[in-house]
Amino acid sequence: MIAPGAGVRQLKFRDPETGRKLVESLKRVTAEIGRFPVSVMHVCGSHEQAIARFGLRANFPKGLDVIMGPGCPVCITDIPEVDEGVALAKQGVHIATYGDMVKVPGTVRSLADAQAEGAKVHVVYSAAQAVELARRLAPEEVVFFATGFETTAVATAAVVLAGPPPNFSVLSAHKYIPPVMEIVAEMPETRVEGFLAAGHAATITGWGIFEAFVERHGIPVVVAGFEPLDILAGLVRLVELVRDRKAEVVNTYPRCVTREGNLAAQKKLWRVFRPVGGRWRGIAHVPNGNLRLTDAWSRLDARRRFQIDVASLWDYAPSTLAQSCICGDIMAGIASPSDCRLFGKECVPDTPVGACMVSSEGTCKIWHLYGGQPSFEALA
Amino acid sequence: MCLGVPGRVVRIEDGVAIVDFWGVQREVRLDVVDEPVAPGDYILNHVGFAIRRIPEGEIGETLSLYETLLAAASQEDLMAADVRGEIAAAGNGAGDGS
Repeated sequence: MIAPGAGVRQLKFRDPETGRKLVESLKRVTAEIGRFPVSVMHVCGSHEQAIARFGLRANFPKGLDVIMGPGCPVCITDIPEVDEGVALAKQGVHIATYGDMVKVPGTVRSLADAQAEGAKVHVVYSAAQAVELARRLAPEEVVFFATGFETTAVATAAVVLAGPPPNFSVLSAHKYIPPVMEIVAEMPETRVEGFLAAGHAATITGWGIFEAFVERHGIPVVVAGFEPLDILAGLVRLVELVRDRKAEVVNTYPRCVTREGNLAAQKKLWRVFRPVGGRWRGIAHVPNGNLRLTDAWSRLDARRRFQIDVASLWDYAPSTLAQSCICGDIMAGIASPSDCRLFGKECVPDTPVGACMVSSEGTCKIWHLYGGQPSFEALA
Repeated sequence: MCLGVPGRVVRIEDGVAIVDFWGVQREVRLDVVDEPVAPGDYILNHVGFAIRRIPEGEIGETLSLYETLLAAASQEDLMAADVRGEIAAAGNGAGDGS
């Protein structure tokens, strides 16, 4: 077994002295840019969790805005996609999905609401568990309502290719990160000057995928890991690139990310999925941002297997609270949770109004849970 | 959920690795891993699939974050909950998805 403490002996990624030096460098380089704010964006819920959990934000220089972009796959699942899952559940098929999806509000109902009304909704941790469920419940239909970015879509692709039972199908709400970076880079309100790319999504795609983006937009990309010092080192490198007006891709996470990525996984991903345009909740229409099953797998595509009657859900008006939710602006990096009048009042983790308060990767839930700005001493 | 969790391969049966996560043994599928995996190797598990074989020199650095999270975290800690979810995503051999 893994001996407890085996990793803690390697403390160079959590050394407070190194942390202080990186914070100093971040302040110095940001100041050298000579204007503020300098705005950079990360697109990963795990990065935001680490920033909040280890108290990094309190140590960022005043002139540096580190914004969380659309990095929460549950949050950017569009309302009509949630409606499709809810409608299928109401039609009597079994829905298997990741836990965070259950509470996400659709137009008028969430899957949890449908479940309370008798629908058969199952929480799974993996696509393989959804397939197991289908085997157990055969011949009843089981639809895997699949969410997540390319890292998670790879797992869905693998179970499709492995030959699931005939009563299994997929309702894909999978999303593909590289295209949304293009959209956010072009939003005039965000003024993003650099991206911190997530280590583990890049484990699949490789960092080479960002080269074309950098060339098109003239914005640097730094791939960073999840240790507090990984994040600080990635930010220092990113701000240096902004200062030097160098648009290039730098990989500060070589222990997990290579230039070409995981080729075996990419091959399976693109055998099963094709990128199509679609809306991301609160962001925009994202060309090539949604992953849908290719025609070769139409027999496993829930959208083709079932007539999904979404309109039948619209017999109630959406809640007025939901209309005040600013999740979209928060995910686009235009607003912070503290700008929302519902945050921490009507909208809390137990009774969320918006998707950002539902998911463990949502900015609002992360900010609400970790609260305030914990001290940097948490690093030690 | 994009964090993944590392574990050590104990043995391999029919293309499925039995992987040790801090004393808990679970099944991890090898369908999409980037390199061949053998017992003793460390892999990064994401939603029940190995997405990377962790090179030998990088194992300690990779493990340290998780040990902090699992040792120090309250039940409410979001990162620790994600790590526990990733371990739960690996199969337990009984086919229990709930």
